[in-house]
Amino acid sequence: MSSFARISSAILALAALAGCARTPQPVHSFAEGKPDKLSDWHLVEARDGRLVPNTDVVPYDLNTPLFSDYAHKFRTLWMPKGTTAKYDAEGPFDFPVGTVLTKTFFYPKTGGDAKAVARTYDTSRDFAAGSANEALDLATVRLIETRILVRREKGWEAIPYVWNAAQTDAELARTGDAIALELVDTEASKAGRDESRPANAREAFTYVVPNENQCAGCHVTNVKAKAIEPLGPRARHINRDYAYAAGAENQLAHWTKLGMLAGAPDAAQAPRDANWHDAKAPVAERARAYLDVNCSMCHSPTGPANTTALDLRSANTDLRRLGLCKPPVAAGRGTGDRLFDIVPGKPDDSILLYRVTSNEAGVMMPEMGRNTTHKEGVELIRDWIAATSGNCDA
Amino acid sequence: MRKLAIVALCAIAAGCGKGPPPAPSDAEAAFEKKLQEQFLDAKPGTVIEIPPGKHSLQRVLTLRANGVTVRGAGADKSILSFQNQISGPEGMLVYANDFTIEHLAIEDSKGDGLKINDGENITIRDVRVEWTAGPSKDNGAYAIYPVKCKNVLIEDSVAIGSRDAGIYVGQSQDIVVRRNRAEKNVAGIEIENSIRADVYENTATGNTGGILVFNMPDLTQHGEHARVYKNKVVANNLGNFGAKGTAVASVPAGSGVIVTSNPKVEIFDNDIADNRTANLIIASYYITNFADKKPTEGYDPYPKSIYVHDNRFSGGGDSPDGLDWKALKVSMFGINGHFPDVLWDGFVDAKAQVNGQYPAEQRICVKNGEVEVLNVDGPNKFSNPKVFKDEFHCELPPLAAVEMKGKA
Repeated sequence: MSSFARISSAILALAALAGCARTPQPVHSFAEGKPDKLSDWHLVEARDGRLVPNTDVVPYDLNTPLFSDYAHKFRTLWMPKGTTAKYDAEGPFDFPVGTVLTKTFFYPKTGGDAKAVARTYDTSRDFAAGSANEALDLATVRLIETRILVRREKGWEAIPYVWNAAQTDAELARTGDAIALELVDTEASKAGRDESRPANAREAFTYVVPNENQCAGCHVTNVKAKAIEPLGPRARHINRDYAYAAGAENQLAHWTKLGMLAGAPDAAQAPRDANWHDAKAPVAERARAYLDVNCSMCHSPTGPANTTALDLRSANTDLRRLGLCKPPVAAGRGTGDRLFDIVPGKPDDSILLYRVTSNEAGVMMPEMGRNTTHKEGVELIRDWIAATSGNCDA
Repeated sequence: MRKLAIVALCAIAAGCGKGPPPAPSDAEAAFEKKLQEQFLDAKPGTVIEIPPGKHSLQRVLTLRANGVTVRGAGADKSILSFQNQISGPEGMLVYANDFTIEHLAIEDSKGDGLKINDGENITIRDVRVEWTAGPSKDNGAYAIYPVKCKNVLIEDSVAIGSRDAGIYVGQSQDIVVRRNRAEKNVAGIEIENSIRADVYENTATGNTGGILVFNMPDLTQHGEHARVYKNKVVANNLGNFGAKGTAVASVPAGSGVIVTSNPKVEIFDNDIADNRTANLIIASYYITNFADKKPTEGYDPYPKSIYVHDNRFSGGGDSPDGLDWKALKVSMFGINGHFPDVLWDGFVDAKAQVNGQYPAEQRICVKNGEVEVLNVDGPNKFSNPKVFKDEFHCELPPLAAVEMKGKA
């Protein structure tokens, strides 16, 4: 080895040492403004081949998530030291000023070309070795975007970031983005793959990153108050275990133990929506959980779609407002020539099924957040309507 | 056979244009990014100028700031085209108060053209919203669509090609719709579940139905009080291309003005002509072939306090839409005859009547020269229809004009 090479490797070793010893900068919750880079926040950072949450940044997951073109999601919560969120059984928790939530959208890689991403429910390869579910493995996943919700003095704000191709950082994308992708049903993704899809089938679609105003399209759940709110961190969604590096624990209990949440009952006493994908859970519970997460931000008595009298919250017990034998109000061609939102026992006569199946703007529901059809979600809604009794004859 | 071949071709070509639309040019992308930023950054007092030209946009323009004006150089000069839209479905979506939009066009959005949800003090002036291929099953529902708004002025605007209603004001109050043109929509102008609307000096022609005043069950408010006057409602004979299940899918082609279940409507001084089913239809929720026959409690399905006077009717009623109506027309008036100018479905709210009559203020009054009213006897499936000459002759006190705060 030449002396030059020896010096070079010494420098490299030093640099590597410095990297290991480096203490990450603390989280910066910006009280105003929109930093250009995701890394400016020091919430989740790409380093050493991993996407890692900072100290005191807690990852979490939901029982039933919003469908977003088969993207996988990595969510985190951070709150200023010494502050506590107040528990609420129905609505979002009351988080203190300074709180920041992140949601990173990503896909398992397929090993194919740049556009190709895997369509799979298998998350076992997403996480870095030894991290449990606390860090993503950048060798196996393609990061698309990270959305930030920050609680400021004036209320919550939504800020979208889009990842660069090198997966080193994400850049502010206030006007959103449109990314050409292809979903691939690979052999590697077979564990969660729908058997009816042949391996290596590809579906091209445009992944749409919302702009800031579109974020509000879902996160403003009260059309009068016009305020942005978190949707995921509600008791019924987060009442489940998470695989932390230190072991699995219920998230409500974990947040409480960390002093981040006050007033939560025991997990067994807190509301809990079904996991839509849990074949052991009753179909009705899974379907209602699915509709709640995917639809009720608009379709509630206070939401922007209260013009339509359709209420898809899991708490709603009024069957007509749930859509049973309810004529459409402003659906236009979205009716697909069907007469009622839901015809019990007849999924193919139900507008709801038609609209969740379509991926055509102007027909599809939800109106945004997806450009592909969620086949497995559609099948769940089909099974639920088929099993619903009653009829709409006059 | 030919249809089958086309279907097969579509399957091969991945859905006939339903794949991702073409990527925008650099110039288009730059224009859209800048315009989107203007919508994000808008504050009270901001004026967003749309320069002349046809601008292709991929994404809905969403506005959430109060007090903003969006202004173009003219409804045929500044055109926002959503032909290649990938995210929407509306063309423009507004959640804001004190909003003015003027002198521009919105074309070919995948869903509604201009939707304004829950705003106060809304002005829409010289705006054209159009689906440029004409009436089609692929068109969006509403062209100009304020819903749950207060103080709405829509003037000098144009709506063409809506698969539901061209100008649709829903669940709103204190509304003026004037000097607009609605063409080739299923419903030209529709006021639904709205309180206090003045609809005047508009032209509705070539639609399935010209001007509709509807009150529907389930919604956030019940409608009442609409004045429809000095409009030209002519030759609305377009075949109904509404989607089944929607309320307007029940509108027969050839309908001039329709009042359904809406109380307190005054229709006067209009020119209503050549609408081949009928120039004016007054109906309950029950005559419509809405599948739903069990409307919710608290909803009054009967039209009450309707006052028709001093209109100029001509032509029309000579070729009604649908076999039942055609048969009825031929049997009563002969092959070359025509329905009277006013059709009434004959459903009455017996509970509200005393000795077979509504209280004076709830009656349907037609004081319009020699104009006759045909009771089609809807409750008995058209078995005993009857023409009335004098029985509807009565007057109601005129409805008050809409007063809008801070607007001319």
